[in-house]
Amino acid sequence: MELQYWIWIAVGLSFTLYIGIAFWSRASSTSEFYVAGGGVHPIANGMATAADWMSAASFISMAGIISFTGYDGSVYLMGWTGGYVLLALLLAPYLRKFGKFTVPDFIGDRYYSNTARGVAVFCALIVSFTYIAGQMRGVGVVFSRYLEVDITSGVLIGMTIVLFYAVLGGMKGITYTQVAQYCVLIFAFMVPAIYISLIATGNAIPQIGFGDTGSDGVFLLDKLDGLHKELGFHEYTSGSKSTVDVFFITMALMVGTAGLPHVIVRFFTVKKVSDARKSAGWALLFIAVLYTTAPAIAVFSRTNLIETVSNQPYVDMPEWFSKWEDTGLLKFEDKNRDGLIQYVADKEQNELDVDADIMVLANPEIADLPNWVIALLAAGALAAALSTAAGLLLVISSAVSHDLLKKMVLPDISEKGELVSARIAATLAVCLAGYFGINPPGFVAATVALAFGLAAASFFPAILMGIFYKKMNKEGAISGMIVGVTLMLFYMTKFKFGWFGGGSQSDWWFGISPEGFGTFAMLLNFAVALIVCNFTKQTPENIQQLVEKIRLP
Amino acid sequence: MASQKQTYWKKNLRYLTILLLVWFAVSFGAGILFVDNLNSLRFGGFKLGFWFAQQGSIYTFVILIFVYIFLMNKLDNQFNKKGD
Repeated sequence: MELQYWIWIAVGLSFTLYIGIAFWSRASSTSEFYVAGGGVHPIANGMATAADWMSAASFISMAGIISFTGYDGSVYLMGWTGGYVLLALLLAPYLRKFGKFTVPDFIGDRYYSNTARGVAVFCALIVSFTYIAGQMRGVGVVFSRYLEVDITSGVLIGMTIVLFYAVLGGMKGITYTQVAQYCVLIFAFMVPAIYISLIATGNAIPQIGFGDTGSDGVFLLDKLDGLHKELGFHEYTSGSKSTVDVFFITMALMVGTAGLPHVIVRFFTVKKVSDARKSAGWALLFIAVLYTTAPAIAVFSRTNLIETVSNQPYVDMPEWFSKWEDTGLLKFEDKNRDGLIQYVADKEQNELDVDADIMVLANPEIADLPNWVIALLAAGALAAALSTAAGLLLVISSAVSHDLLKKMVLPDISEKGELVSARIAATLAVCLAGYFGINPPGFVAATVALAFGLAAASFFPAILMGIFYKKMNKEGAISGMIVGVTLMLFYMTKFKFGWFGGGSQSDWWFGISPEGFGTFAMLLNFAVALIVCNFTKQTPENIQQLVEKIRLP
Repeated sequence: MASQKQTYWKKNLRYLTILLLVWFAVSFGAGILFVDNLNSLRFGGFKLGFWFAQQGSIYTFVILIFVYIFLMNKLDNQFNKKGD
């Protein structure tokens, strides 16, 4: 059957499923809208968290980035999984015990201050907006590549779907659609991976396969190291970044993951404290399936790519080559006019530009897999982008309707009024995110790292000390958050956008890249908070008792 | 009762410390700081440091959380029995 039909069937069926689920699980109270009524089974919540967490970036871009950077790509693998250990051990159970709806809720109540709540709302909004714009863009790219509509219509279709089930169903609708989306996306990711692993090594398990030997009896990784050396790239299995920088980036991603509001809020949806721990465990298990497969795909596709193109005549390239050339994600320029493709590290002589994003999407075509596998991949990529967008949307709408309106501006608002305003806020947020998806500001790619850095520099220390250091008072926590966020914003804008005089790699403080600077800003947040806390009034007795209470099961 | 609460919290903190040390050792230790040393050892077709960075650390993370779930469920049960 034609590829295009397969794609319409796969995408159409999966969308019908999501809408059906949203209809069946409409939210009727604020508790259902914000936290799905607090009665989600830990395994279901684990799946929903996994889908919420794994975005278009994890699904489409990550394996490609690892494929091009080799060992350096490990920062994402460890950073985006290790954070769940911090979540499960240090944050999730206590926040569940505390039993409120949002992260600013915790910060506001624990630090007995609406200023603290306000700072937290501000941070939650920037983190979520930077993140969601990227998701809508991902939806647009997938639509335009596979359904042959332009990016604008793609974003509009995506917006309508998300709007429908997020606004109607709230957290309850989102949770159960995310469960379905996890199943779609993991199936879509694994099928091509298993196929390719079988072709490359005869081993059906990709995680083991990429440490296996190919048909020539040489270990795949050794072969790849050899190819890299030949072409002048750095060795695949060792890095090019400095150890300090790898350390700081990994830490920033881990701590940032643990501090992201749309991930934390998922743990408010289970029934009891022990369920919060359990669902963090299940979530990481479900995430690990994709995250341990991605480096395998990276190796297979890297080897495949080099063997297919390197020093081969341009005219002999297979059909997928010209198809991806049309999208602009693959570029060939015959600099020395010999008709062969020179793919080497040296920029002067290199003739082929490959965008990291096509590695996962083009993989089935490069490996010549059947059409239905390619269609599945399109549905999977959409599931990944939509589920994350929906989760973020909910954080934005609850930050506005619950934290800002109900807790700060209009405390007398009725439950019905709050529900209406939550739905209006969600609608406005979708429109704004859609706008940024269609007209992406240049900073979208640069700001994904900013979202993690900000979460690491703001929420993580405030929440952690809120639980483990009962003497931490509002003055300490607020000044810590403000210093952390301000410094992070300063460093990012200086080195990413060239504000405050800009600067290059040689000007980095202690050799830390902007991606890894969140770790530094976090440490400073801790330090400032502890110092200020020592010189200001003690925490009131009732708050200290509150902390005692959340520490017990 | 007060001392029981303290024992519960202290035990919890001890579990946290041990598990987080393992968390640090497999990722920042084996995967980053000592990756070059470990790369001279091999694990099938993998260099060991590289394997820890891209596979081993993730498996360990999953195991760590389930160990914590197991330990805390046991501790919760003990605490609840005595509390009655």
